[in-house]
Amino acid sequence: MQAVQGFLDHYNYVVTIFLMVAGLYIVIARGNMVKKLIGLSIFQTSVYLLYIEPGKILGGTAPIIDPAFTVYSNPLPHVLILTAIVVGVATLALGLALVVRIHEAYGTIEEDEIFEKDGDT
Amino acid sequence: MSSVQAHLPALQVVLPLLGSLFAGFVRREATGFALALAVSWTAAVISAVLLWQVLQGGPISYHLGGWPPPWGIEYRIDLLNAFVLLLVAWVGAVTMPFARRSVAFEVDEGRQGWFYCMYLLCLTGLLGITVTGDAFNAFVFLEISSLSTYVLIALGRDRRALLSAFQYLIMGTIGATFYVIGVGFLYLVTGSLNMVDIAQRLGSVPLEQTRAVAVAVAFLTVGISLKLALFPLHVWLPNAYAYAPSLATAFLAGTATKVAVYLLVRFFAVILAGSPAFGPLQLADVLLVLSIAAMFVASAIAVFETNLKRMLAYSSLAQIGYITLGIGIANQAGLTGAIVHLFNHAIMKAALFLVLGAVFYRIGSVKLHDLAGIGPKMPLTMAAFAVAGFALIGTPGTSGFVSKWYLAVGAFGHSGWLLVLLIVASSLIAVVYVGRVVEVVWFRPPSPLAETAREVPPSMLVPILVLAGATIWFGIDTRLTADLAGKAAAMLLAAVR
Repeated sequence: MQAVQGFLDHYNYVVTIFLMVAGLYIVIARGNMVKKLIGLSIFQTSVYLLYIEPGKILGGTAPIIDPAFTVYSNPLPHVLILTAIVVGVATLALGLALVVRIHEAYGTIEEDEIFEKDGDT
Repeated sequence: MSSVQAHLPALQVVLPLLGSLFAGFVRREATGFALALAVSWTAAVISAVLLWQVLQGGPISYHLGGWPPPWGIEYRIDLLNAFVLLLVAWVGAVTMPFARRSVAFEVDEGRQGWFYCMYLLCLTGLLGITVTGDAFNAFVFLEISSLSTYVLIALGRDRRALLSAFQYLIMGTIGATFYVIGVGFLYLVTGSLNMVDIAQRLGSVPLEQTRAVAVAVAFLTVGISLKLALFPLHVWLPNAYAYAPSLATAFLAGTATKVAVYLLVRFFAVILAGSPAFGPLQLADVLLVLSIAAMFVASAIAVFETNLKRMLAYSSLAQIGYITLGIGIANQAGLTGAIVHLFNHAIMKAALFLVLGAVFYRIGSVKLHDLAGIGPKMPLTMAAFAVAGFALIGTPGTSGFVSKWYLAVGAFGHSGWLLVLLIVASSLIAVVYVGRVVEVVWFRPPSPLAETAREVPPSMLVPILVLAGATIWFGIDTRLTADLAGKAAAMLLAAVR
């Protein structure tokens, strides 16, 4: 019973960790470069959740000082994650651009086929 | 003048950033080069002034936007990062004159302007990681430097450069994301992102939350180790170094992994200073084992490598092993050795990669058999290779000897003769792979390609000679390197105790 209670109390973290592991698994298990990048994106997105979830306090309001409220949510995680999202977008864009160039150079985006074509590496 | 001086920590980062933007807008090769040269030299001067200020007046704390820490972002410069700043900025400044001809030769026309734009952005990121005292800010700079590095590698002409850049992007992003997860856990536990503040708050963390701190340490260590290419997280490095344009390789080999090592040292110091309870984690033991594996496995692979850029890349992995070994030993001499070797290895490896860049400029190949007999045709360049190569081995009279001496003393203090013997034994493997190249280059009849070679122009020769000269200089005069590193090590250890 306690285990179920603990699970339900922290279900948001369970979702976060599932996304984290699933994303990382896709990066490692897939040979298709676009799929790898999608996995990487899921992995990064799970971290956004990891940061933002604890920032919310039940019953807390927006952090604007007012005598009527005493409990405020923490705004800092949102700001940090805004930055992290920008980094994530830049990484994804650069990764996709590289995939386009790799496709031009090799005619495929499957990793094993590319290794075959390069033989000596 | 004094108002400029007060803002030097910010200028150190902002100048390369502005330079990069400008180079990106102009996108002309000549303008880009002029900008990159001017900015790298200015950054080098700034780093020297900052080090001088730290030596005179102790740590500098710079509040960005006037917000005091821990609320605002603090740039905090003490002896350790002033030393690393000096290294990064000066490696950039010394190698830059080499760029003009090398980049024109190795990068497609129309992309050369981008090369300088990305180079400056990379410099921004590396200097930023070093200068900042804010854990999340360090992540942003880490990604700035990494993203620009992927582009620098992909600018190589070989199509395998694209593949290596992609593989590095995947590994690097996983590393950076692990780092953010680690910082996130530290933030959850302490509520702060300022490293000094984190260290103070960790001391009052309740016992039941130390597991969260342990998770943070694990993520941070793995994430940063990916970036610094600690064995066995190194697979991205050899190809990335082999197919990137020569100047990019020389610059990155000298700076990027070193800055990651600095970050690792900094976090270990923060965590250990905050909660000494992390002794039982036995992180140091893990680090020792992996370092020794790197020293032997990577050196052994280097012996059989015929592409010299790849050979040096594997040698870099082994040398990073020495640095992390010093961190794992974690006594005064060991830590001093790690910091000195971080500095000395950067200089010698930059020199070696520049030599290969010069050879490639003349004969278009860095395969060992193509270099046969090239010594007498390019005497100064190849003499520099020999000098820096001897430093890599750790021959007395070169800078490599100084750092390995400190490492050996530290290793002896840590666990007696065994570790010392391992250090000596792995250095002997370096004798094989350096000696092999020296023998082929000087004592074999010239290959058809080497016949046509001649000495490179001064703009390429001078940076090589300066760096090679520095390896001898720092082997004899250790006032700048060993003394400073010793003080920095003492500072770190004092904070931990």
